[in-house]
Amino acid sequence: MKPVDPATDAADDLLRLEGISVWLSGRQVLRDVSFSLRAGEVTGLIGSNGTGKTTIFRVILGLQRVSAGRVWIAGEARTGHTPAIGYVPQTVALDPDMPLRARDVVGLGIDGPRIGIPLPSRRRRQAVNEMLESVDAIHFADDRVGRLSGGEQRRILIAHALISRPQLLLLDEPLISLDIRSEQEVVQLLSRIARQQRIAILISAHDMNPLLAAMDRIVYVAGGRAASGATNEVVQTEVLSKLYGRQVDVIRLRDRVLVVSGSEETSAADHEHAHETADPGLV
Amino acid sequence: MIFGSGFFQSAPVQVALVVGSVVSVVSGVVGVFTVIRGQSFSGHGLADLGATGGSGAFLIGVSQFWGFVAIAGVAAATIELLGLRQPRGRDVATGVVLGAGLGLAALFLYLDTTVSHSTGAPITILFGSIFAIDSRLVPIIVGLSVASLAIVLLFYRMLLFSSLSSDMAAARGVPVRLVGIGYLVALALAVALSAMTIGAVLSTALLIGPAACALRLTRRPGWALALAALIGVLVTWISVVLAYNSYYWSPGGRAWPVSFFVVALIFSLYLLTQIPFANWRQRRSTQLVVGEIQSADG
Repeated sequence: MKPVDPATDAADDLLRLEGISVWLSGRQVLRDVSFSLRAGEVTGLIGSNGTGKTTIFRVILGLQRVSAGRVWIAGEARTGHTPAIGYVPQTVALDPDMPLRARDVVGLGIDGPRIGIPLPSRRRRQAVNEMLESVDAIHFADDRVGRLSGGEQRRILIAHALISRPQLLLLDEPLISLDIRSEQEVVQLLSRIARQQRIAILISAHDMNPLLAAMDRIVYVAGGRAASGATNEVVQTEVLSKLYGRQVDVIRLRDRVLVVSGSEETSAADHEHAHETADPGLV
Repeated sequence: MIFGSGFFQSAPVQVALVVGSVVSVVSGVVGVFTVIRGQSFSGHGLADLGATGGSGAFLIGVSQFWGFVAIAGVAAATIELLGLRQPRGRDVATGVVLGAGLGLAALFLYLDTTVSHSTGAPITILFGSIFAIDSRLVPIIVGLSVASLAIVLLFYRMLLFSSLSSDMAAARGVPVRLVGIGYLVALALAVALSAMTIGAVLSTALLIGPAACALRLTRRPGWALALAALIGVLVTWISVVLAYNSYYWSPGGRAWPVSFFVVALIFSLYLLTQIPFANWRQRRSTQLVVGEIQSADG
């Protein structure tokens, strides 16, 4: 019997996680995580390292078994593999001598999962060129991908994910190790793609700051639990305190938002993990 | 005199050239993936374990070729089963299986020399004897080479994709584990085949060397395969010629083994590709940029 989506107002929900719990080697890394993603929207998946963001990605991709909960894709319970998801993992270790040009990586987005050897095709070459242009990568298209800078590699991997025309694009910490300029380039590119191509984009980050201009909604993860909704609804003292299970304060400073632990339990370690977020919409 | 008298008329030379060429193509092609998947150690382990199979086969009176093939298959399966999914786990499993296998090889080689009184066995098994290949084995060697090559070409794009990132490939529905096993079978075959030509201990040279050179010279995946195969074939042919002729010029008139020339040539080539001269394309593009800036200033 095929399960039916019980939600009635979920017409635009491309993907919905419902009560997901995951145990990894005896430790519960996700507790009752629920949220949904909509077409044409950029959602930020925010939380410190080790809170379960990558596990959430692996659940969505079907690479991680869940102990409870369901994943709904376009209103149907996911069964097995879902081709309509593009994925850019956090670390792609590219050897400098890897015999792949940037354009080869994008090409693998078209026919990487197929058997046999690729035959030269003008249409394929044209599709790759167009995609390279749309991520502003055509001028290093023939360079070895392993020798590109971090920001350039990101753009290539995004192009690789997009060329398969996914409905949902997952990016795990795409802004890590990027300088401020590349950071803004990547964020603007993703925001544009979400709107133009009407796809849902989920971006994970430990620092919300660079994403705020582009982000439509937020999924805030702490200790394996998640709170989701509009950014200014979620980034509130009460909501986040409940999520963390202890007092945290959301401090608004001009156009920035600082999330710091409350006075009673303040320690050096807490300060280190404090998130600095800024939301222009809140000021 | 480049070719000694009767070079191409000699039956052992003909067999050596045919087997050497086929095996070099397979080793080169498979080797490119061995290098980019970071599995050089697995490849080396499988190669060295050939010594166990070869010496065991010799002991029971079968051609060492079957020993090479059997042991590579068993070892590849063991490494795959023990190796879990992390590269480090795989390296540890390779190390353990390799140690155990070489222990057996020590026993077999000892028995080979003492029981059957054939002192040549260890040299043949460890360092190869391309001029002493039974011509009846040629069709089988060619057949297995084609099989190994077919696996790699069948999974070509999936192998490239999962070498780039196995998570990304898995997310797109590539059966990463199946592809990995298929590749390991191709690797086991390639190693067994090259053990036949240049010996169990040296077969890694033919696997890793031409591939490593090719990766320095081209940035295109398809060309890397072709170039590695070409380098392997050229090296093998030159080595066969040199070994055949070494009878005339080597001190004492003793012909030197082909394996020595193969390894020496590959190593020299590898050194050549490592010197900065090999990066001339990049330097040229830097000069171009500098030139443009200068002309813009002027």
